[in-house]
This record gives sequence, C-alpha cells and structure tokens, in this order.
Amino acid sequence: MTEPIIRFEKVVKRFGDVTVLDGLDFTVAPGEKVTIIGPSGSGKSTILRILMTLEDISDGVVWVGDEPLWHEKAADGTLKPASEAHLHRMRTRLGMVFQSFNLFPHMTVLRNITEAPVHVLKVGKAEARERAMGLLDMVGLTEHADKFPYQLSGGQQQRVAIARALAMRPDILLFDEPTSALDPELVGEVQEVIRKLAEEHDLTMLLVTHEMRFAREISDRVCFIDAGAIREEGAPEELFTAPTEERTQDFLRAVLDDG
Amino acid sequence: MLFGIEWDATNSWTLAVSIFPILLHGLWVTLQATVLGFFIAVVLGLVLAVLKAAPTRLVSWPTRLISEFLRDTPLLIQLFFLYYVLPEFGIVLPAFLTGAIALGVQYSAYLSEVYRAGIEAVPIGQHEAARALNFAPTRTFTHIILPQAIPRIVPAMGNYLVSISKDVPVLSVVTVLELLNVATIIGDRTFNYLVPLSMVGGLYLIMTLLAAQGVKRLDMALPKTGIPLK
Repeated sequence: MTEPIIRFEKVVKRFGDVTVLDGLDFTVAPGEKVTIIGPSGSGKSTILRILMTLEDISDGVVWVGDEPLWHEKAADGTLKPASEAHLHRMRTRLGMVFQSFNLFPHMTVLRNITEAPVHVLKVGKAEARERAMGLLDMVGLTEHADKFPYQLSGGQQQRVAIARALAMRPDILLFDEPTSALDPELVGEVQEVIRKLAEEHDLTMLLVTHEMRFAREISDRVCFIDAGAIREEGAPEELFTAPTEERTQDFLRAVLDDG
Repeated sequence: MLFGIEWDATNSWTLAVSIFPILLHGLWVTLQATVLGFFIAVVLGLVLAVLKAAPTRLVSWPTRLISEFLRDTPLLIQLFFLYYVLPEFGIVLPAFLTGAIALGVQYSAYLSEVYRAGIEAVPIGQHEAARALNFAPTRTFTHIILPQAIPRIVPAMGNYLVSISKDVPVLSVVTVLELLNVATIIGDRTFNYLVPLSMVGGLYLIMTLLAAQGVKRLDMALPKTGIPLK
C-alpha cells in the first residue's frame, strides 16, 4: 500500500469536559475519496476541522504526508507543538468547502476565487483570473463572474466555493456537509460538481455528508464514526448493504428510513 | 465687539441679527473640534479595538483597563489633565488642539466598543474561510473582516459624532472660543443671555438634525453585505 496522505494516530479532541474524538485512528491514501458518516455529534466535522487547522487536537498526532500537522519535528527528533508558520505551510496542501459556503459577501464571484491565489500564492492577477474563469467554467458559472454572492442561489454559491477552494491547488479537499444548507432542489447541481471532481481528478477527497446515496456513488471507502472513533469502514457496497456492527445497522436503518 | 464684528443691542431682534455672524465663527470652531475629535476617536478607537482583541493578555488587559478608565472618568477631568498637567512635563499644546485630543481620546474608548461589536457581528465562517484559504491574519482583518464590520457600525458611529459635537462646549473652560463660549461672552457684555443662548440651542438643533440625516443617507448607501472591493 502507498504511504497514506492523511493519518490520525490516537487523536483525542476534547471540548471542555466533552470528548469528541477518543483515540481516533484513521488513514486516507493519496487520491482516495472517503466519506465519513455517523450520527450528529459523533465528531465527523471535527475530523475535517482539525485537518483544516480550524480546531487543534488535545492528544495524538495527525500526519499529512510525512509531516505532522499540529506538531513540528524538533532537532532531537521529538515532536513539539506547531508554530503558526508551520500551520501556514501545511495549510497550502488542504482546501475546505463549508456547509454555509462562507463566500466573502463584499467581493464579486471572480474576486472570491482570485483573492487568495493573488495575495497568498502570489500568482499574477491575469493568470489568477484566467484560471478562475476556467474553474468557473468547470462549475458552470462563467456568466456569473462579476456578480456578488447575494445575487446567486445557494447551489450556485456552493459551486463558487468549490471553485475558490480548487484555485489554491490543494492536494486534499475537505467537504463539510456541502449540501446540508441547500434547498432540496439545489442539492443535485452541487453533487454533480463534486461527482465530476471525484471522477476526473486525483485529488484526495474527504466528505462528511448525510446524503447516503451520494456517499455510495462517489466514495472509494465509507467510514462510520460514532462516539469519537471509527466503528466500521469499507467499500460503500459492503458497508451500506451488509454492515456488520450493530451501531452501523441502527444508524443506517434510521437515516435510510428517513430518506 | 468680537472677531471684529460689532453688535447692535438696541433690542432683541437687532441683537440676534447682529450677533449671528459672530456665532457662526463659534460654530465653525465647534465643527472643527467635532471633526478633529471624531477623526482621532475613529483612528484611536480602531487601534484600541485591535489591541483589546490581542491574543496575549499582556496587551489586551492593559488596553481594556485604559479603555475602561477613559469611559468612566469625566471628560472635564481628562481635559484639565491634558491642559494643566502635560505642560509640567514640557508638553504645551494650544487650547483647541488639547480640547480636540481630549474629545478624541475619550470617544476612542467608546468607539473601540462599537468596532468590537461590529467585528464580532461578522460570522465566524468568514474567519474560517479566510484561514482555510491561508490569508495572513492582518490581511484577513483589513480585507475580509473590516469591510464587513464597517457598514454595520455606521449608525452607531454617527450617534457618537453627534455626541462629540454636544461635548464641545466643555472646551470653553480651557478658553476655546467655540459656540457656547462665544454666546456667553456676548451675554456677559450685553447682559442679554436669552438671545445668544437660544440661538446656540437652535444652531445645535439644526447641526444635529443635519448630521443625523447625513448618517442615515450614508447608512442606506452602504451595501449591507460589506464595502465592495473592486
């Protein structure tokens, strides 16, 4: 097996007295599309937020490639807490799509996409613009380049947010419930973009979702997480049709009855 | 006679007409003190707001203490302090400048709270998106958070602008010839306080209504989603 691109090693995350991740072990191979499912409060989003450095860890080590994310290697080989400079460097490998889009409301669609490439990656303006237009074409929104986010539907905003994340050329793209905030009729267009990405790119994708059918379609592997640890994982066909753990069975019965 | 202009105290009407240009001189000083004080407050208030939110308590706590002190002590004391104590340390400033600084410094403490509220009203998701896109914290603040915070705080800022103008008469105690000071001097010399003081009240009313109108327009002109970046 190739070296994993993401590796959680006995990761613990506590918020005050609440333990959200309880010694989580979890790996993702380069280019793999992994979906994380589980009841709310199980720590699914926390995994993504730790990777995006929005949430630190209480214990354990997270590896991205061969480097620890929340630590730095000291001269004597031991790990010490990461500096902001280290986090800044590590973040260049990751991108995130949020449940609530989080587009910058005071910038046009185009500027939303070019702002970080120009000011963080120091790409030339013309080049950033050209690439942004290419990404807008991919998500089917070229004619909306000069609009502001409030002029777009939720589905269109989320497609812009995907283009914005891709503009930073991440190796790993994190999707945190990307369709949960959308009206039902807009879910499809966003899923279509994510599906296309999954099929056509060797990007590593980590998706948290409640849309089981979608998870089944696009994932190489599905992980069921409950009470802060992975309880069962496997290829989508196996996990959805023949879950072995009782907790997985209960969860799937509940969500599939629902939908 | 004041500012080279004579008044005609024959009756109240002739007095009113003849002192009007004199009062306008005072009004002009009041406006200047208001604008300069407000400008100082806007700039210093932002600095205080940023320092209060500093990640290290070594910075944020003293700033909070200073800000609390500025808000909880009377303007007059702060003004006297600047006017009478600073010269002991060799810093002698003109009365007008001392007054404008006193106004600006006290109001910077109020405005820092306005900034804080505006900044905190920007959704946390905006900070997270900026971090995920790897913006430096300074750029996140100046280009993502602040442009969204400012339209939210314009009405409150406008209220403080009006407040400052109403505090300018305090500067008369350090000899600044602002509107009220001019009016009382006229009163002292003509033994008619009713006319000049009534006119000061009227001028203040007009000034305040105009300022409120201006703020309202500015508030409506600013897009609610933030100041657009080209």
